[in-house]
Amino acid sequence: MADWVEACAVDDIEEEDVIRFDHGGRTFAVYRSPDDEFFATDGYCTHEKAHLADGLVMDDIIECPKHNGRFNYKTGQAKGAPVCVNLATYPVKVEAGKVMIQI
Amino acid sequence: MGKKRDYSLVGESTRLAIETGLASAEWYHTDVPRKAMKELMQRLDGPAIRDTVIWISAILGSAAGIVWFWGSWWVVPFLFVYGVLYGSSSDSRWHECGHGTAFRTRWMNDVVYHIASFMLMRNPVQWRWSHARHHTDTIIVGRDAEIAVMRPPDLLKAALAFTGILDFRYSLPTLVRQAFGTLSDEEKSYVPEMEQHKAVVAARWHVAIYVATIALAIALKSWLPLVLIGLPRLYGTWHMVTTGLLQHIGLADNVVDHRLNSRTVYMNPISRFIYWNMNYHVEHHMFPMVPYHALPRLHELIKHDLPEPNPSMWHAYREVWPVLLRQLKYEDYYLKRELPPTARPYRGEFHEVDMSAAAE
Repeated sequence: MADWVEACAVDDIEEEDVIRFDHGGRTFAVYRSPDDEFFATDGYCTHEKAHLADGLVMDDIIECPKHNGRFNYKTGQAKGAPVCVNLATYPVKVEAGKVMIQI
Repeated sequence: MGKKRDYSLVGESTRLAIETGLASAEWYHTDVPRKAMKELMQRLDGPAIRDTVIWISAILGSAAGIVWFWGSWWVVPFLFVYGVLYGSSSDSRWHECGHGTAFRTRWMNDVVYHIASFMLMRNPVQWRWSHARHHTDTIIVGRDAEIAVMRPPDLLKAALAFTGILDFRYSLPTLVRQAFGTLSDEEKSYVPEMEQHKAVVAARWHVAIYVATIALAIALKSWLPLVLIGLPRLYGTWHMVTTGLLQHIGLADNVVDHRLNSRTVYMNPISRFIYWNMNYHVEHHMFPMVPYHALPRLHELIKHDLPEPNPSMWHAYREVWPVLLRQLKYEDYYLKRELPPTARPYRGEFHEVDMSAAAE
């Protein structure tokens, strides 16, 4: 059964931005959308090993910093070359000002 | 003397690059605060729309001049302008729109990318992937599909590049081969299987337009259609090569620090418009998410950590020439550019090459 893990405080992420969260030898990306919702995906791009948290959030898109591959971070959907494989997403909830992700 | 380099993308160097960790490695980045980087990465439509309107207007204007003055010497200045806009500035438009950084709006990037790819006789699918590889494995021998001058340098080939002849001779037959459904083993090494059919379809569109252009030229009994479509790849390439060769020539290969294998050169405003600020090449490779119009600001922010830029293209070529001559005898030789005292030093593990033999 997957556990809920505290990733960060709500205020650690600016609106329309992303931060990196490492846990249990894995890396994740935690997003705050322009409409103030939180989301989480795997931290590495599925194309090459680049941290998505160094990329750019535009609306519901995260763009990889290495080759500009784009994903919808809400669904994990790859939006075209050079990314072809979807990104894994994780359930997120906010409790007492903390962003929790289920991994 | 070191071992001869094998530039095949499916050969011994490829195997070695993967085994030693040079392939898909973690590269050096200058520290930039997230807030500043986020601001630099912001996408805008305005600058690229402005530049594209100027670009397309100048292309159409000079094309009109060619048609009007066709048959007289007055056509020459129009050919000069049209050729550079078609055969050279298309490269920077292809490049920036391929990265998806020129415009904020995705479809605008895609439209300009496809137009520029056609002008350059580049398969838009294949080259999108080759350029991704170039950024993953910049000047890693056996991995990078876009190494312009290999070692030891073939100076005749480098000189002919300014005429576009070699590119033309390679690009057109490549498109025809791909249009018949054949991708080479090297192309298959970086174009994923699920994308390969798209490369074939794109090649068929390009070839169909060239066939139509040739048919029109025959019907009109005139070279004019070919002078406007296709041949600018020959007579207008020189500026692209003049600026583009400087990106990496004479610098290190098989390193994981763009400060060692890429070059920033200050250029005049006209060349920077044609080249869309790719003269800030170390900055572009280190942070490919930063749009062309923000590269001067990025340069100001991180120049304390980069080698001193060449003050002009002339200066850069004067610096490169003796390096190329040395590489003819000793191909491991390269120009190691000095870092300012404010910079973080180069990492030693991949970057130390014994160059004593070059002095012999």
